[in-house]
Amino acid sequence: MNKGEGLRLYRTLTLIRRAEEAIRLHYGDDDMKTPVHLSIGQEAIPVGVCHVLPEGSPMFGTYRNHALYLALTEDTDRFFAELHGKEVGMGRGKAGSMHLCEPSRGLLATSAVVATTIPLAVGAALAQAYRHLRQPVAVFFGDGAAEEGVFWESLNFACQRSLNLLFVCEDNGLAIHAPAADRRGFSSITHAVRGFRCCTATADGSDLSAIIEATRALYRDMEAGKQPGLLHVSYFRFLEHVGIGEDFSVGYRQAPSDQERRERDPLIRFSSHLLSLGYHPAELRAIDVEVDDQIRGSIARARSADYPPAEALYEDLWV
Amino acid sequence: MTETMTYREALAFAAAKEMDADPTVFVFGLDVPDHKRIFGSTKGLVEKFGSDRCFGTPLSEDAMTGVAIGAALSGLRPVHVHIRADFLLLGMNQIANVMSSLRYMSGGALRMPLVIRAVIGRGWGQGAQHSKSMHGLFGHFPGIKVSLPTSPQDAYSMLRAAIRDDNPVILLEHRWLYDIEGSVDEQYLPPLPGPVMVRQGTEVTVACTSWMTIEAMKAADVLARHGVRLEVIDIRTVAPLDETPVVSSVAKTGRCIIADYDWLYAGFSAELAARLAHRCFGLFKKPIERIGFAPVPCPTTRPLENLFYPSAVQIIRAVERLLDLDSIDLSQESFYSYEERFKGPF
Repeated sequence: MNKGEGLRLYRTLTLIRRAEEAIRLHYGDDDMKTPVHLSIGQEAIPVGVCHVLPEGSPMFGTYRNHALYLALTEDTDRFFAELHGKEVGMGRGKAGSMHLCEPSRGLLATSAVVATTIPLAVGAALAQAYRHLRQPVAVFFGDGAAEEGVFWESLNFACQRSLNLLFVCEDNGLAIHAPAADRRGFSSITHAVRGFRCCTATADGSDLSAIIEATRALYRDMEAGKQPGLLHVSYFRFLEHVGIGEDFSVGYRQAPSDQERRERDPLIRFSSHLLSLGYHPAELRAIDVEVDDQIRGSIARARSADYPPAEALYEDLWV
Repeated sequence: MTETMTYREALAFAAAKEMDADPTVFVFGLDVPDHKRIFGSTKGLVEKFGSDRCFGTPLSEDAMTGVAIGAALSGLRPVHVHIRADFLLLGMNQIANVMSSLRYMSGGALRMPLVIRAVIGRGWGQGAQHSKSMHGLFGHFPGIKVSLPTSPQDAYSMLRAAIRDDNPVILLEHRWLYDIEGSVDEQYLPPLPGPVMVRQGTEVTVACTSWMTIEAMKAADVLARHGVRLEVIDIRTVAPLDETPVVSSVAKTGRCIIADYDWLYAGFSAELAARLAHRCFGLFKKPIERIGFAPVPCPTTRPLENLFYPSAVQIIRAVERLLDLDSIDLSQESFYSYEERFKGPF
């Protein structure tokens, strides 16, 4: 990682975090009328994976997609406009938080139904093979997706066809509020997947450098073995499943200690890492300020932008 | 060039034409390249285009529907084939949650040019899970075109139109139609067509879907000998629906039978009846008659199955009610039966 790369990665992580914090700050104004599944704690996974895969690689995600969207686009204008339901939003206000996409940057689809975009990614990878291309495709999904039949159907077909597809399991150990032990008849997703002709790797979701390293190594294995890959990344979901609050008080999980908070926060971890490499705190602060300005501007523009006109209701259905 | 061929041959011919014309077109699904070739409707494709463009899949309808969508999002034109429409229910999440709405949710940025072909089973004891059509169900979701080709020309032109269409299209093909022979003009390539009047008449309009068009034509033949002229309209595309040709016909006849190849409750026949009731209010001399499946799952045993399915006889009896005719003696008439149309086992 050269210095420019380090700062770029820091900027992307910060952009995502500050965007999520801005949503938390303004959500109560009730201008963003869309259910938000915030990515605080999860940011490093898409940032790391997108850093390794070639630019423009087709990507698919879930309803917890803010980090993926911003990692690929860094476009907070279209992002906040969409959350505000405005015409200049990425989906003219028809997508909202749960269906963000940006085909021009490779992000083809995200879905509010668990596991739903996994076979779409298989189709995109099949299209690569069909055209004799080797551009990788990546699909991000939560650990709960491994309980859906379509995950196994998709994995089976991808392995049977040796598709160039990276499955990225973002494992926060929770399906809404249900812990893994209450849902799984197996001990480890990676272990369960190993019976397929598929490469696997694991990483700690709070460590961006480790995610980048694991993704690189896995991608090399995939290329060498002409096999799909599964990257399993554990992370800590700092907030409630949907909404802007913490929910440690309701009893289904323990509140982390201050030390745990620091250890499981990918932004704190990565800034410490950069400082230990000799980056100057002022360099990082400058980025923080610039990112805050960008987000403030985007929110102001989103608020003053127009809603889609009435005729937009019937537009965009048919080609 | 016009040639005589069966419906199944017309389907295979259309697919080959499109695959020839466009290298992004591929055909896949369970059993697509096996020795039976989906009742011959994918015959010759694997030999001509190879296993990259015509291939079988695992038993994973849910994922394979998603695969078709993902490939279409990536600029290919998949044709996903199912030997029974009932199997589409396994892919319903992809159909109803993704295929119908992804373009809309992207503000028009995405397009999904894909075709799902599925065979409606009938005859020889197919039972409750090999006999559904569900065109009303699929048509319920905005964003999906749903068509039921009836003639070999329809099979040819509509499959080609569906493949060329930039929107998702579901084509539902009745099993008994596969043996129908007719002339096919290979140059006739309209966009996915709507209703067509297949028989001109004056007394009663019969609006039909799929196999019911064949039954209505039979009923029209019988009734013509009794001096009654039916006007038969094959709806062909149920979504998006253009009911205007039926409205124009009702304006002439004042009487309408909707003969749908499905259950009546909350189905396509109810939709069409509602639209006609609105647009033809005051034109009707008698209430609309609806004909469809009996409101039970399809039974397997022959005597009950005969009662389950709508037929030419039911259409004739409905015409008698609409025209206040005495019951016509049908004992000397011969109607379609399995023995004429179907040899089993599937």
